[in-house]
Amino acid sequence: MTKEFRTVKTEIRLPYELAYGETWTRFFDGMQEKKIYGNTCPKCNRVLVPARAFCPRCFVDMDKWVEVSQEGTLIAWSYTNYKYYGMPTEPPFIGALIRLDGTDVNFLHLLGGIDLSNFEEVRKIVKNGMKLKAVWSDDRKAHIMDIKYFKPV
Amino acid sequence: MGRPVAIIGVGQTYHGRRMDVSYPELVREAVMAVFKDTGLTPDDIDGVVSGTMPSMMEGIALTHFYFADAMQAVGKPIMKTETCGSTGVSIAQTAYYWVSSGAADLVLAVGHEKMNEGNSQATMTTVAEPFYQRYFISGAPGVFSMQSQMWTARYGIPEEKTRDAAAFISVTHHDDAFDNPYAHIKLKVSMEDVKNSRIITYPVRLLDVCPNSDGACAVIFASEKMVKKLKKKPAWVRGVGYRGEEYFFGDSDKVVWEAAIQAAQQAYDQAGIRNPRKELDVAEVYNPFTFQEMLFYECFGFCELGESPDLVLKGTFTRKGELPCDPSGGTLCTNPIGATGLIRVAEAALQVTGKAGAHQIPGAKLALAHAMGGVDQFNGIMILGSEL
Ligand SMILES: [Zn+2]
Repeated sequence: MTKEFRTVKTEIRLPYELAYGETWTRFFDGMQEKKIYGNTCPKCNRVLVPARAFCPRCFVDMDKWVEVSQEGTLIAWSYTNYKYYGMPTEPPFIGALIRLDGTDVNFLHLLGGIDLSNFEEVRKIVKNGMKLKAVWSDDRKAHIMDIKYFKPV
Repeated sequence: MGRPVAIIGVGQTYHGRRMDVSYPELVREAVMAVFKDTGLTPDDIDGVVSGTMPSMMEGIALTHFYFADAMQAVGKPIMKTETCGSTGVSIAQTAYYWVSSGAADLVLAVGHEKMNEGNSQATMTTVAEPFYQRYFISGAPGVFSMQSQMWTARYGIPEEKTRDAAAFISVTHHDDAFDNPYAHIKLKVSMEDVKNSRIITYPVRLLDVCPNSDGACAVIFASEKMVKKLKKKPAWVRGVGYRGEEYFFGDSDKVVWEAAIQAAQQAYDQAGIRNPRKELDVAEVYNPFTFQEMLFYECFGFCELGESPDLVLKGTFTRKGELPCDPSGGTLCTNPIGATGLIRVAEAALQVTGKAGAHQIPGAKLALAHAMGGVDQFNGIMILGSEL
């Protein structure tokens, strides 16, 4: 290509207000009170967390609410070391799948409470199967980030 | 299955950073190529199927309206199919079902993306809702890296071995791309280059990751009647499979990944395939990340669970191996996402019709094409054969 062709710069900015509904509202009310809520499916008996309005497999309404453990086991993790426009979490961070004790699905959150600046050091500390525990923010807003991260026990 | 359906022609753009053309012009480049390949004209086409990633990728909604002219869809029925990364295979399947149903004889399928015009990872993050998952997935790499990490840990595969196998895949695919005139990244890399490249999302490093590509692909699906009438060398659709699972990443197992296993099984059942590694001649596996490609080998039954790194390092999946995978260089070297799955289908069609040029697998008669989409949620398969 010998000639650079022209381009146009454009942007779309749209505000949204998304409804949580009853189930998510109760879940996030729990977050504000430092509680993690799940609920059980009357058909497959699985404890799902976060709590759901209905079981994604059985398609029936969930019934019993349970406050689940704030401790769990590390199932999978990834150390994020790049950034994109509007990224909601500041890198470096560790995304993690955590099986909270007594539940039947993996909870997605952050693994923290350790020095993340040097990956090689991180690699020595973080091990699949390690026990983790929720660390709460002091400034809770009924939001998923009311849990700052899960730290090694 | 309904009526027999074949692919009778394919067209691709030169993929890469294509700031030399507007988006509709890019689409037209692929459409012109498939008309040139088949000798058909827009008047011959009964209907058009199109698809892309979410509209945020290029900031223009409902792009099939925008591309109606470029796809010559004016005055014809048009459908849009969108399933994130698996869009391309979904477009192919939509076109296939349309012809197979008997409602059309010639359908044009077009996939397209211009990833360099926006922000790809910011776009992909919007696939996750903003009250739970979006904070943790860090675009596509974060999710697929967690999956890969879980896979390595599940089978206790030594980290050095998976890293070697991933590097081997990166080196061979980057070499393969030199023989594909349409591939985006043409880069000579060594095992050491890959293993020492910067961590993007551990365990994934820079040279384990696909690029942001601009590109389009067009494929024409035809009924048996039209195949006979037009006397084109056909790539027959021998099997299709597609499966999705729960939306939340943590709700289902992504190592023994049912969406991938069942999509492949559905297609194998239709094609009568019992031992895919022996019976398939070539596979175009959706491989935006080296580690994930190995997980797919296992879920598609190319080898036992946890066994793929050993076979990769033995060369089983190279162009001279038992089952060549991604001889085009694959998604790792070219990823205009809305087109990518359809490129896998087009490459499989080129292979079974003996038209793949410098990256032709000699004598290939049966090929698998695959794509994956969402926050590890969907898998689609199409199997093509030189014989019906
Ligand atoms: Zn249930």
